[in-house]
Amino acid sequence: MVAIIDYGVGNLFSLQSSLAAVGAEAVVTSDPRVIREADRILLPGVGAFGDAITKLRKSGLAEVVTEQARAGKPLLGICLGMQLLFEKSYEYGEHEGLGLIHGEVRPIADVIPGDLKIPHIGWNALHLRGASPLFRYLKEGDCVYFVHSFYGANCDDSVIATAEYGAELTAAVACKNVYGCQFHPEKSGAVGLNILRAFCAL
Amino acid sequence: MITKRIIPCLDVKNGRVVKGVNFLGLHDVSSPVELARYYSEQGADELVFYDITASAEGRALFTDILTEVARTIFIPLTVGGGINTVEDFDRVLKCGADKVSVNSGAIRNPALITEAAKRYGDQCVVLSVDVKRVGGEFRVFAKGGREDTGMEAISWIRRCVNAGAGEVVVNSIDTDGVKKGFDLPMLQAVCDAVSVPVIASGGAGRIADFTTLFKMLPKVDAGLAASIFHFHEVDLHDLKRELAEQGIPVRR
Repeated sequence: MVAIIDYGVGNLFSLQSSLAAVGAEAVVTSDPRVIREADRILLPGVGAFGDAITKLRKSGLAEVVTEQARAGKPLLGICLGMQLLFEKSYEYGEHEGLGLIHGEVRPIADVIPGDLKIPHIGWNALHLRGASPLFRYLKEGDCVYFVHSFYGANCDDSVIATAEYGAELTAAVACKNVYGCQFHPEKSGAVGLNILRAFCAL
Repeated sequence: MITKRIIPCLDVKNGRVVKGVNFLGLHDVSSPVELARYYSEQGADELVFYDITASAEGRALFTDILTEVARTIFIPLTVGGGINTVEDFDRVLKCGADKVSVNSGAIRNPALITEAAKRYGDQCVVLSVDVKRVGGEFRVFAKGGREDTGMEAISWIRRCVNAGAGEVVVNSIDTDGVKKGFDLPMLQAVCDAVSVPVIASGGAGRIADFTTLFKMLPKVDAGLAASIFHFHEVDLHDLKRELAEQGIPVRR
């Protein structure tokens, strides 16, 4: 069973539907007991980093997610949920993240040419690095759907995919059992479903 | 590199697709769910649903249909039609829509864009604007293109983007339905004025119209069309193949 962490940010309907589409049992929950009993954890997120990490900490769920990830349970952060896995974010100030993946979150404006639009929105091709089990059903150049203005920086050891948008932006990261996707697998058609399918088989 | 998006648009009334479609192999060509699945499988990058229902009962039906669509396909969904309040945003987003398109609602109350962008983020708010040339200037039309608002279009679009609209759909009334190609001068003017994604609508009649659009105006992000897809005058597979062959980045 997959526990989709509900900490009051974003709409979890699509995520839940996409997991159902790959035949996974999923529950949207904020109950620590359910999260501890789950086989794997999905950490979603939209909006601003500061607001999200505050909500995650106040609800006590940051502690549960971190504890479970450290104990080896597969964890997948999506979009802002991926960014929360890092040590630090520089989105409107400076915020401490969960620290499950080395690196920090910085504005893409720092690294892309000024004539490119922000946010980085739309379908972009993945450039795969190494052979991550998360991407076992993917091939080089498969497109996924992005919507973001910040990206994972100084996390080279954990990068498993990038996408080119004026610079090679971090598209996905992995460190042992902890995974993160900057893009939205639940909005990335068959390719996205195959990523979720692979996550559910980890 | 980010790919150019191809977006079929479906008009829905009382839970059924209107304007008619002409497909072989679909059991129910007026079922939004079946059509959404079909377009998704054919390679549509995004879908737009316009709710043109007048009654409250019809709107509730639309909400149910949308939930079903969002449960069936996994590409971005934009919903428009009758969006006048933040509560309307809330209603369709809860059903699984990713973006909400505002047109007349923003003309009546421009604060709607700011309010919605603050609550849901800029990327969620799509400005849709019907534009027609009047006396040598681009004019904003309301009520499905029937009413001249007297407002100059480029300054209206700029104002809405500054207020928080994250994307602009430019529908040229002058080229709509003519099938002789997109309105390149109008789109050029919009691209020069704003730095958010611009979606071209109105005028596509054949594959070459899309290649021309993206070649002449590299700043345009997406092409939207309805009847040419519904009546299979343009096949999504063929369109994507041709765009790729012409060196335009597309998702395949």
